[in-house]
Amino acid sequence: MANEGYLLSVVTFLPLLGSLGLLALRGDDHTWIRRLALATALANFVLSLLLLHGFAAGTPGYQLEELRPWIHWPPINYHLGVDGLSLWLVILTTFLTPIAILCSWESIGHRVKEFFLMLLVLETGMIGVFLSLDLILFFVFWEVMLVPMYFLIGIWGHERRIYAAIKFVLYTMAGSVLMLVAILWLFGLSGASVPGGTFDLPTIQVLLQNGKLQLPHTTELLLFGAFFLAFAIKVPLFPLHTWLPDAHVEAPTAGSVILAGVLLKMGTYGLLRFCLPLFPAASKELAPWVAVLAMIGIVYGALVSMVQPDLKKLIAYSSVSHLGFVVLGIFSFHPVAIQGAIYQMLNHGISTGALFLIAGMLYDRRHTHLIKEFGGLATPMPALSAFFLFVCLSSLGLPMLNGFVGEFLILLGTYQVNKLWATFGALGVILAAVYLLWAYQRVAFGEVTVEKNRVLPDCSPRERLILWPLCVMILWMGIGSPVFLSRTETASQQVIEQMKRPQMPALAGTRGAVPQLRDAPAGAESATAVQQGAGPK
Amino acid sequence: MFPPIQDIYRIAPELVACLFGMLIMVADPFVPRERKGAMGRLGLAGALGALVAVELMSRHAGAAMNGLLVVDSFSVFLHMIIYGAASLVVLASYDYLERENLQQGEFYALLFFATCGMGIMASATELMTVFVGLEISSIASYILACYRRAALKSHESAMKYFLLGSFATAFFLYGVAMVYGATGTTSLVAIRAAAAHATDHHMLLTLGFGMLFVGMAFKIAAAPFQVWTPDVYEGAPTPVTALLASGPKAAAFAVLLRIVFTAFGDASSTWFWIVWISAALTMVVGNFAAVAQSNVKRMLAYSSIAHAGYLLVAVAAAGAAGEESAAGIAAVLFYLVAYALMKVGAFTIVSHLGGSGEQRLEIDDYAGLSTRQPTTAACLALYLLSLLGLPLTAGFLGKVYIFQAALDAKLIWLVVIMAVTTVVGAFYYLRVIWVMYFREAQQDWTPAPVAPGVAAVMFLTAAGILALFFFPGPLMTFAAHSALSLR
Repeated sequence: MANEGYLLSVVTFLPLLGSLGLLALRGDDHTWIRRLALATALANFVLSLLLLHGFAAGTPGYQLEELRPWIHWPPINYHLGVDGLSLWLVILTTFLTPIAILCSWESIGHRVKEFFLMLLVLETGMIGVFLSLDLILFFVFWEVMLVPMYFLIGIWGHERRIYAAIKFVLYTMAGSVLMLVAILWLFGLSGASVPGGTFDLPTIQVLLQNGKLQLPHTTELLLFGAFFLAFAIKVPLFPLHTWLPDAHVEAPTAGSVILAGVLLKMGTYGLLRFCLPLFPAASKELAPWVAVLAMIGIVYGALVSMVQPDLKKLIAYSSVSHLGFVVLGIFSFHPVAIQGAIYQMLNHGISTGALFLIAGMLYDRRHTHLIKEFGGLATPMPALSAFFLFVCLSSLGLPMLNGFVGEFLILLGTYQVNKLWATFGALGVILAAVYLLWAYQRVAFGEVTVEKNRVLPDCSPRERLILWPLCVMILWMGIGSPVFLSRTETASQQVIEQMKRPQMPALAGTRGAVPQLRDAPAGAESATAVQQGAGPK
Repeated sequence: MFPPIQDIYRIAPELVACLFGMLIMVADPFVPRERKGAMGRLGLAGALGALVAVELMSRHAGAAMNGLLVVDSFSVFLHMIIYGAASLVVLASYDYLERENLQQGEFYALLFFATCGMGIMASATELMTVFVGLEISSIASYILACYRRAALKSHESAMKYFLLGSFATAFFLYGVAMVYGATGTTSLVAIRAAAAHATDHHMLLTLGFGMLFVGMAFKIAAAPFQVWTPDVYEGAPTPVTALLASGPKAAAFAVLLRIVFTAFGDASSTWFWIVWISAALTMVVGNFAAVAQSNVKRMLAYSSIAHAGYLLVAVAAAGAAGEESAAGIAAVLFYLVAYALMKVGAFTIVSHLGGSGEQRLEIDDYAGLSTRQPTTAACLALYLLSLLGLPLTAGFLGKVYIFQAALDAKLIWLVVIMAVTTVVGAFYYLRVIWVMYFREAQQDWTPAPVAPGVAAVMFLTAAGILALFFFPGPLMTFAAHSALSLR
């Protein structure tokens, strides 16, 4: 595998470089700190657009790969690569980071340097997670991300920030430590077919697909469980979601935007990248249970959103509902639904990010998130209310806007697999309309209920600068979806393709693989696992 | 009879340490009070000299002193840890002794004697030599623990350490006697050979091993022999605590590894479950007790206990792996280096922040440290994250190696316990970070500026922790090589 340029490394580490640059600046030089951070993030966004240029749509597998040895033993490589699944998520990250920086321009007043430093380090971590193709490298980025997020919530958050920060870290660590164990276990198992074992994801994938590496049924279930737990906490899937409202509500606006926009996607990304392709039999076996949890999440998240008095909490719970929808799509194992899930991940990043931004703008003016403190805002601030309505409509899935495309694809795919699942999915869409429009009505329509609100200023130029790109994206992704979908199509088919296992061990792979299979202690078990895994639905 | 010159090289680090210890003691009365700083420089020279001697020793592999000691890559590795940690402690204690107005000369002399004993333990291939090394290091450490004469806590610490330590050493000695009774020898290699035939003394041998294990478990602070640790670590002068947490632990692990793999290498079924149970208990006790601590030194002491548990997991993994034990032993060795760096660094900062009379030891005292001394806070955060095992630190790779060894040996339950207790660890390590970064600074107290020695230790340990993550190759190769020399 040849190294195909340095673009991925540059995109990954440019923010880190920028954060080192920040270190060189004086701590009280707030203007230049902000400018440097924004310049870095924007430059990285432009660079990440070059990925589109280098990326050949319709080609399966990873592109622009970089593979360099890092640690000799155990063999950990620096292996990056991009495919249709990660491409847009990386661009989503680089797109949201400058917006997060812009929205913190004035609202972050103390320890400015550290704030932007953390934000840029976080960006490197997030991009690294999406691009890593080595399991340990992936884990390193995955964990590294925790630290800046912990500080972002803990230092610049609201009243109960410490509680929220600790809860966030403990939940995530609980999942990720088990994932580390599973990664090492998988490494040990791969030692049976590759001398010394490997952490390389594509290699393991190939070994699994051609039957040279077979996981005994119980082992596969346990490995799936460990990976799934880590990702389900991140998604978050009901009942592991309780960290999310706390983290969202207490985080500063930029933190919420990144958290909702990108961090939650890592859970669903992990499901698509690791759980399904590596452990198809276990995925299929447990899919009904996962779907039940996802459906509970959809309805529960929506119902809780409906009764929230706090705007930020409402948006946070709506994430639980929306992400449940994505998980449902993923576990229907239908290419169209998976396509929709990928699309919905992007939509949710943009729409929910925008909702949090608007909630943050309201907070900057009134220092509260309580819905009852607002009312009739359309009168003093027509522009912001218009933006708010537009984003709400996108989030609830109005046709012509982005949310519709993703939800439609998920429902279309899921319906063909299981009608009940699709029904619950549709229920979520309806409930989303209820809680979002109701919230919007209480915030923006009617008479101005609180006198203070009469004099609130409308959008500042900076706020317009933040919201316009998001709204353009919302509209573009609603009407120009082929631009995006053409690049994710191959990847979503690839996921289904990767879930296939050879029917008969003897037919699979090369002849050299056969004796190894006989030697495997749990050969009989693994044969049944394979049959279950590849059996027709 | 004078030993051959080769043997002199093979104990060169110990000789240098002893010579400098004596030199400092003799010179001390002749140095006027206002020029006691010279003692610190002499101490540093001695520590660096000993490190050079380790290099000299490494070129002369082989048995020394009629087979009482051996220089192999394992003992060189351990010497590196022990003398490296001692050098860092010398650097860190100069400022502390000045501030507390304590005798400088004696301190360094005792520190050298203690280190010398640990060095002997690391090379010993014979149980009585181990015992001699153990006593040399223990007696010097008892006095060091009591070095803050004016403080009651220091007395309590030394008394507890002395009484319980003597008990443990007695157990060890009793174990030596039993093993001798069963096999007729105290040489580790000969014990292995004799144990293969002495089937009728099986009971006695097992009992003997149990006693030896008690002695070592005390030194490494493994449950259920860990009770002394928090009290002793808390009361001892903090630089001494840094030494106690790193040096003796490494030396005791060296002895434990030699005993289980050289002497009892064929009988891993005898000791495997003892180590397994002790590892599980140690991790649980250490981590859960640490959560409840409000004193930094006690918290770090419990964290030391927890780490002893992680290390024992690797020992158990090496034992269960049979012929493939090298991976587990290498994991222990790698982790010991990482652990020594983290603990010496952390305790040095605790000593620096403690202020005069060690008054600022509560976690709450660190409130807002990130705004007062950003570098200190960042370093302490790094050590804590490394202790927790987050990536970008040596602690992460150390944990990976241990997990991997344990998984290869199919010790699934130990792995699960280790994973769960690690998450518990997140709670108390992160608490210190949150106090440093999320709380407002207290107005009534400002920490003293960082002394050059402390700064040097901070820099060296932090750089080491990061370097071991990004470039673990050379050290891991060395560790794997050392692990092979055990059999």
